[in-house]
Amino acid sequence: MEFTNNFILEAITREFPETVISSSEPYGMLTLEIKKQDLKKVVHHMKDSSLGFNFLTDICGIHHPETPEKELGVIYHLHNLVENLRVRLKVFMPFENAEVDSLVELFAGANWMERETFDFYGIKFKGHPDLRVILNDPGLGYHPMLKQYPLEDGTRTDKDDVMFGR
Amino acid sequence: MSENTPKINTNAPAPPGFEGEGFFATNLNNLIGMARSLSLWPLPFATSCCGIEFMATMGPNYDLARFGGERMSFSPRQADVLMVCGTISKKLGPILKEVYTQMAEPKWVIAVGACASSGGIFDSYSVLQGIDRVIPVDVYVPGCPPRPEQILEGFMQVQALAESESLRRRDLPQYKELLESFNIN
Repeated sequence: MEFTNNFILEAITREFPETVISSSEPYGMLTLEIKKQDLKKVVHHMKDSSLGFNFLTDICGIHHPETPEKELGVIYHLHNLVENLRVRLKVFMPFENAEVDSLVELFAGANWMERETFDFYGIKFKGHPDLRVILNDPGLGYHPMLKQYPLEDGTRTDKDDVMFGR
Repeated sequence: MSENTPKINTNAPAPPGFEGEGFFATNLNNLIGMARSLSLWPLPFATSCCGIEFMATMGPNYDLARFGGERMSFSPRQADVLMVCGTISKKLGPILKEVYTQMAEPKWVIAVGACASSGGIFDSYSVLQGIDRVIPVDVYVPGCPPRPEQILEGFMQVQALAESESLRRRDLPQYKELLESFNIN
């Protein structure tokens, strides 16, 4: 069997029939939205089965205030280095008590990426050994990539908003 | 040899004073000011593109050594001029302040470039909006990044400050107040 997007999608749906909510292929890259509680199982399967997704490229967060049930999301990029094929996994959750399973036990590299996602979006990772702010000033006190916070620095006094059309 | 051979003048002009046969009298302020201004040891605090311009300033084309600043001091304890070249994030602010605190008096600060002066284009939650929010600044050099000539001009301004500064300035209550307004000491 050729190692294609369809093959991977079928293999995952066969193993986890209820998990995949939707799938698409933007720019040829298989993108699956899966149930949050199944994430760790799916990634574990993709890593240790013959699918061989042995490299976690990236973890990032996203904030969609307009969809309350799927307000916060975490996106995982997995890479099969042998076949050179990539897969994107997405999980979404409501804003309150946003929490998702940590992947540190599967990929040690997930450690800092999850800390970064926590830092910028406030998403907690269950089972993370050391979930602290990583990039921002520890005293910042909020998660700056959430849409309710303005991008501009609020303490700035030398800019007249009228002149900048704000 | 061409006719316009550069004439190298190694003598700094003497401070104002009385001169006679075999003696020269001036006041100590002027003498020490002159000495200080011609041997300012810079501490480069370079974080981004302004740091690259600063490196050009140090190089032989522009040559900061002509102004007595060739000796980079990478220890704040021996430095006279703190040259902050580049964006300072809020997380870096306390570190910059600590470096400034470790410098011995007398000390001067140059904010090189828009970011160090005002935060520049980074009107953002993570960037300090000018280093004068954490430490006092003597000279601001505008530009994004400034050309080496501008950095030299800023350095010459510090030379002028050092030359004319009263020896007692750092003991004045006003100076202590200034430092206290930045929560230093």
